[in-house]
Amino acid sequence: MMEPSNETDTAAWAVTPLPPTLAAEARQLIARLDQGQRLWLSGFLAGASNRTAPLSSAPGQPKQSAVTILYGSQSGNSERLAQRIGAALTQRGVAFTSLDMIDCRKNHLEEARAVLMVVSTHGEGDPPDRALPLHELLHGRKAPKLSHLKYSVLALGDSSYERYCETGRQFDARLAALGAERLHERVDCDVDFDAAAQRWIDAVVGQVAKSYTTSSAFESIETGIASRPMASVSNAYTRKNPFHAPVLSNQRLTARHSSKDVRHIELSLEGSSIHYEPGDAIGVVPANRSSDVNALLNALRFDPELPVQVEERSVPLREALTDRYDIGLVNKGLLSRYAAAITVDSLTELLRPERADELRPYLHGRHLIDIVREHPSVGLEAAAFIQILRPLAPRLYSIASSQRATPDEAHLTVSLVQYQSLGLDRVGVVSGQLSDLTAEDALAPIYLHRNPNFRLPAERERPVIMIGPGTGVAPFRSFLAEREAVGATSRNWLFFGDRSFNADFLYQTDWLDWRKRGILQRIDAAFSRDSAEKFYVQHRMHERGQELFNWLEDGASLYVCGDAEYMAPDVHRALLDIIVRHGARSQDDAAEYLVQLQRERRYQRDVY
Amino acid sequence: MATERRFDLSSPLSQLHSNEQVKHDSRYLRGTLQDSFADGITGSIDETDTLLTKFFGIYQQDDRDLRDERRRSKLEPDYQFMVRVRMPGGVCTAAQWLALDKLATEYTSGSLRLTTRQTFQFHGIRKNNLRRHIQGIVASGLDTIAACGDDNRNVICTANPLLSAAHAEVSETARQLGAHLLPRTGAYREIFLQQDGEVPAGTQEEPLYGPTYLPRKFKIALAVPPQNDIDVFAHDLGFIAIVVNGSIVGYNVTVGGGMGMTHKAAATFPRLGDIVGFCSPQDVIAVAEQTMCIQRDYGDRKDRAHARFKYTIDDRGTDWFRDELAQRVGKTLQPARAFHFETSGDRFGWHQGQDRRWHYTLFVENGRVSDFPGRSVQSGLRAIAAMHGSLFALTTNQNVTIAGVAAADKPAIDALLREHGIANDANGTALRQHSIACVAFPTCGLAMAESERYLPKLLDQLDVVIREAGLERERISIRMSGCPNGCSRPYVAEIGLVGKAPGKYNLYLGASASGDRLNALHRENIGEQQILDTLRPLLFDYAKHRQSGESFGDFLVRTAVVRAMRAGRDFQKEPA
Repeated sequence: MMEPSNETDTAAWAVTPLPPTLAAEARQLIARLDQGQRLWLSGFLAGASNRTAPLSSAPGQPKQSAVTILYGSQSGNSERLAQRIGAALTQRGVAFTSLDMIDCRKNHLEEARAVLMVVSTHGEGDPPDRALPLHELLHGRKAPKLSHLKYSVLALGDSSYERYCETGRQFDARLAALGAERLHERVDCDVDFDAAAQRWIDAVVGQVAKSYTTSSAFESIETGIASRPMASVSNAYTRKNPFHAPVLSNQRLTARHSSKDVRHIELSLEGSSIHYEPGDAIGVVPANRSSDVNALLNALRFDPELPVQVEERSVPLREALTDRYDIGLVNKGLLSRYAAAITVDSLTELLRPERADELRPYLHGRHLIDIVREHPSVGLEAAAFIQILRPLAPRLYSIASSQRATPDEAHLTVSLVQYQSLGLDRVGVVSGQLSDLTAEDALAPIYLHRNPNFRLPAERERPVIMIGPGTGVAPFRSFLAEREAVGATSRNWLFFGDRSFNADFLYQTDWLDWRKRGILQRIDAAFSRDSAEKFYVQHRMHERGQELFNWLEDGASLYVCGDAEYMAPDVHRALLDIIVRHGARSQDDAAEYLVQLQRERRYQRDVY
Repeated sequence: MATERRFDLSSPLSQLHSNEQVKHDSRYLRGTLQDSFADGITGSIDETDTLLTKFFGIYQQDDRDLRDERRRSKLEPDYQFMVRVRMPGGVCTAAQWLALDKLATEYTSGSLRLTTRQTFQFHGIRKNNLRRHIQGIVASGLDTIAACGDDNRNVICTANPLLSAAHAEVSETARQLGAHLLPRTGAYREIFLQQDGEVPAGTQEEPLYGPTYLPRKFKIALAVPPQNDIDVFAHDLGFIAIVVNGSIVGYNVTVGGGMGMTHKAAATFPRLGDIVGFCSPQDVIAVAEQTMCIQRDYGDRKDRAHARFKYTIDDRGTDWFRDELAQRVGKTLQPARAFHFETSGDRFGWHQGQDRRWHYTLFVENGRVSDFPGRSVQSGLRAIAAMHGSLFALTTNQNVTIAGVAAADKPAIDALLREHGIANDANGTALRQHSIACVAFPTCGLAMAESERYLPKLLDQLDVVIREAGLERERISIRMSGCPNGCSRPYVAEIGLVGKAPGKYNLYLGASASGDRLNALHRENIGEQQILDTLRPLLFDYAKHRQSGESFGDFLVRTAVVRAMRAGRDFQKEPA
């Protein structure tokens, strides 16, 4: 990572028009940017200063009118009524946006001034499928405050059902609870909805026309939205002083019959001032499971409350074993230290160099608790015991969201590590810890870990190729969200791979949505367990070799994220082969081609 | 006679339902199907393509039990395809049975279903297996063309061609009708069979249908009295064989029947076909073709809920139809002949045909050919097919007849039926044997309530009432549909249950036992306890006060529990 050259800047900062605190923040921010980012920022600011209009809150999003018609349709009646409302508004000269509930995101509600909602109820009081996400959003923890909003609900239903117009009632009550103001009482319509619906339309359109017809009113509303305070960029959180992020959502991504449990975890960064870029990671402060710590303490027969010295602080042993030391898998070093500390002949024997072939299978899947149980730590003091342990390492997760698309949130993609060894169920420390965070008030201790070597190109028109099988796909969800939010104009291509199409296609609906919206031009996926023949991402790359090479020739940046042991080398070889074959180059020239890409920061990897 | 045209084939496409444009633009059902199959990112096909595959017996579905869970997991719905075979008259050879059974285990969730349209249905086929599956069906000598879609569906007829010469002739007529009215587009061959061969330029690919096919589905049924197992009045076009001294002298023609409706939309209704006359056996194909073409030309192409032939007939009248048909065929229908129907049920167990061979009709609950604990329907029928080697005749009541068994082979078949625990249960109630349920949840996109997964459980409770009332041998028909479209023909059942919401059904009563009178709404939107509480006193009353030979439906009408439903258009209207 490049550090800013402070000397040359000093003179400039001396004459800054910024007040001292803001200047300090600005300097901090600039210090964290790499060259490309600084270049982009300078261009951005130069352009922005020429603009007369205020910056909209979400660039790249279509401008929204003050009046929004929101419809949730099952059979199409609500949609048709929405069209009728639209026609009535047009007649009165009111600009409006008409939105299917499935397409309605939080920012639509935040930016709308008046919402006219038409929604049906089906089954025993259930929302239409296409209304479910909005229904959940409004009833969930991420519901927006809507005190700026006026609204009215037209509810469609069938009075022969017990919970007649239930969905409309719920939306109506919920919008009010979120602070929105009714501009007209809800109207419930039975199957012959025509007349009642028309009366509601006439009434609400009349009301709305009074407030939103003139363009000046419309303008003033829009400026109001834009004047939100900018979040501060300071970020002091570290592993030792983490931010305790509320867990907004902890959702399994893999299907119920999957062989894996991969979670999508949404963290709230509200109030943290953490500002991240796509490509950055979140560090999670680890803590061993209390059941594992208790089991170990029992086996050791140590007093859990016994004070021990850790980094010049005195903490109870239980705390040290929970937060500071790795009590999981045993490696050769740890085994040697333990064997030396308790002088057990059989272990010392096993550690002899000539028995290396025996040691490896012995250590496979063996945890500290297993060793302690097999070879009790007779005579070993707690203080000496912790001396032989390794520190507990934090775990970094690539962020799977873009702050521009979802402000105040960071999304993580967490594969729960679980396996059996020596007849016991084992769970990965941090993945287990995160997957357990399901309670309403759960908090995750986190800090930001910057990853300046995994950055989107500064140029919006540069094509991007992303190769991310398994959880390696996480940063690419961030990339696409970012590119959509900033209105990047270029092509994007994703290669994804996993075990099963049906069960393990992480974020499948997100990719499909982006494809539909024209953000993701190409996506290829490979699944290794769907057929007798195993397909991996590199196979798909080969199949599309010519095109992939063309993209590179067109200046595409290429990103690889995920497994470092097998995937990354396989992908690298596939790239070489493709350049040899479709670029008509020698092996050496192909290698040089890739090195040149790396120099130009057009081939970046985040592998682990 | 000048006929007023409204939103039919004569209207510009822009004024019609969007499906008409889709059909028109699809280049005879090709659409973007090739791209849809090449797309490995979704298990679904393009939305407009889903309309086109129906014409080839293929329905995109998803497991609705998993829909919500998968949405939360950011996974698309669990897309899968239902495939229906075209099998006119419901007849297949033992070899075909075995071939389809093998395809079911290879590419689907495992089981086969026998449908109310006398054919097989497969569920749970993934997009990447779909073409192989279809190719397997075609390799067996069957196909799936027009098993769904806006076209002439699988032609059905009274089951078992081996029963008599008349049955054989009707079955052969069904086969010919199916072949004559089959869509001819090359799309099936190109896309599903993946065979080469261009359609020569200038070829009229669909001389009968044209580029927009029919306004909606079109269903033909042929009955051999006294059996009305196929519910001849429930179809767009029906032929009732008039058998004199064992041979067919011609057919009474019925038009304008159909089941589907929309809850609470009075303009939609089930309707029984009207008998409009009689035609000779030689004229059957011309009458069928021209009737279908009348519907092609005059059927409503704007409102799909009003597009079935029954509405064309109800709106324009049978006189208009007779004139139109006479003009097109070049002769007038003769006056209808006398006939008599006894039942719309099947004849269960062993019975002997004209040629002294034996036939065994096996009760298959809800048509579900699968292995259940203690009841290996699928393995049992597989063993019988492997041994027996003759014909299987599917019935439209979701049962199957093992047909053409020599007396000497009966014991072996009996042994296999017993061995697999599937022989007709001598202690079972006739009510259960006369039950039909559509598939509904979890795969059918239209279902509002459970049907196939629930009716057997409801029958467990109803059986208790039936036995208490001493009615276990009474052939009372009970049919359940998960939605008002009525695939199980619930509106001609003595007890009809039509789903409104999970656990809630409308209860219809009072149809005749022979299928010539609709039932009528008795209770709306009720749950299991109310269903039982409503039926219990009625069944006891019936047991006590019925007249000799009186069916349950007739009894309820005579005692004014429900009104006699004379005309479909009154079905969703309050009684005057």
